[in-house]
Amino acid sequence: MSYDFTNAKKLLALCSEHNMKISEVMLERELELSGMSRSALFEMVDRCLRVMESSTNRSLDEEPVKSMGGLIGGESRQMRNLSEDKVICGTVLHKALTMALSVAETNASMGVIVAAPTAGSAGVVPASLLAVYEWADVSLDALRLGLINAGALGYLFTKNGSVAGADAGCQAEVGSASAMAASALAEMLGGTPEQCCNAASIAVSNLLGLVCDPIRGLVEVPCQTRNAIGVAGAFTAAELSLAGITSPVLLDEMIDIMVDVGHSLPESLRETGKGGCACAPSVCSGLRGIQHLL
Amino acid sequence: MKKNYISLFDVIGPVMVGPSSSHTSGANSIAWTARQIFSGTPVKVDFTLYGSFADTFRGHGTDRALVGGILGYRSDDVRIRNSFEIAKEAGILCSFTPDRDTDVGFPNVVDIVMEAADGHSLLVRGESLGGGRIRITRMNNIKVDFTGEYSTLIVGHRDEAGTLAFITSRLANHEINIAFMKLFREKKERGGPAFTVIEADDFLPEELEDELLSYPTIESVDMIEL
Repeated sequence: MSYDFTNAKKLLALCSEHNMKISEVMLERELELSGMSRSALFEMVDRCLRVMESSTNRSLDEEPVKSMGGLIGGESRQMRNLSEDKVICGTVLHKALTMALSVAETNASMGVIVAAPTAGSAGVVPASLLAVYEWADVSLDALRLGLINAGALGYLFTKNGSVAGADAGCQAEVGSASAMAASALAEMLGGTPEQCCNAASIAVSNLLGLVCDPIRGLVEVPCQTRNAIGVAGAFTAAELSLAGITSPVLLDEMIDIMVDVGHSLPESLRETGKGGCACAPSVCSGLRGIQHLL
Repeated sequence: MKKNYISLFDVIGPVMVGPSSSHTSGANSIAWTARQIFSGTPVKVDFTLYGSFADTFRGHGTDRALVGGILGYRSDDVRIRNSFEIAKEAGILCSFTPDRDTDVGFPNVVDIVMEAADGHSLLVRGESLGGGRIRITRMNNIKVDFTGEYSTLIVGHRDEAGTLAFITSRLANHEINIAFMKLFREKKERGGPAFTVIEADDFLPEELEDELLSYPTIESVDMIEL
């Protein structure tokens, strides 16, 4: 019996056949294809979680440093210092947004991160999962499985879609990451496999068409705040799905749609630094704009 | 060893020093691989950067990642951030030349020329393919094509009859299964310099190097193990 799958439909069929969660099917698939022992695999999962945790806190614990390009640094601390009466997103989401900013800062200053699925979108999955883990009654094992669930979705986007901004825009990076996190959150909070895929489908649909337009071609602005919106999108999609709200577009279709939309974006909006935010007058008009950013 | 499926840890990973899998992690892997291929210790390394590497190498830490690779650091090693200082202390002179004019036919490309104290040198060209994956496409004047994702054996030799048969017989002796094998040569006709690149499913034992070097047409043997 093989646990390998090639699309969401087959993944859900395996879940139903074996009465398993998405993470459990993905775990069996990985064990089967890698030949790794269960304990070795969980050691690798734990290593990822440790690096993720440290990158979500690094910019809060340590003195913030400027990014390599000098465009960001210190934003997660600013978020943490926001007075409580202005936290309109609520405690958990606020914490997750703060963490996502920290990962982006860590990444942009050559700290160690876990690409999930990419370095540019590395804040979404750890911030979403770790903030909810802290807040909800979720066990460490459920957190580990949550990360594996996110991996299952990331695998589908890598295999059948795209996770490269240069190929299909930011929707392929932050969009995929947001879908991965949405599905993982749904599972961690007791959702069914169908609710996980539905949450992922909603998350992607809400970021469909998001362009990749990094200022000066660097993974800094607007990438950092896009990680924050990826988190907010994941929370939103998970909550909608857990409430029973469904997208009529199945996840496999949504992944195809994302690629089609991505490929119809002009090249200037696919990580070339030649369109969108990268070409804003305040950014392009030389020093004034840059100083404003610094 | 190599896997032919997308793993959980391809998606949740790599664990890497930021900011970019293609510009930082990929650049580091190219330089790391180049360093493995080079016999001897480099005292001088020149990097020529093409495509988007040339435009954004500082902001992406491509330069520090490249030097880190030469120092033998993998892409999750925080020492990459201080690689300039460490290389300087180690007496390795590094220089960077962005080349925005030459069309090398691919977005992220770097030429690495390593030179040892005795004057022997090697040029390695690498392409960063995205997600940290790379391809080596040139060694000196010879076009090559391998990824470093397998155990890789690189044999520099004169292009003469019998050489390949000797190499494969030694591999057979060690029960090493060949996944891919290709001979790349500089000239169109026989007798010139060539590289044979073998990507294997099995681990390459160290003694293989001396065994292969005993053959008269074989000039260099380098092995890359992940």
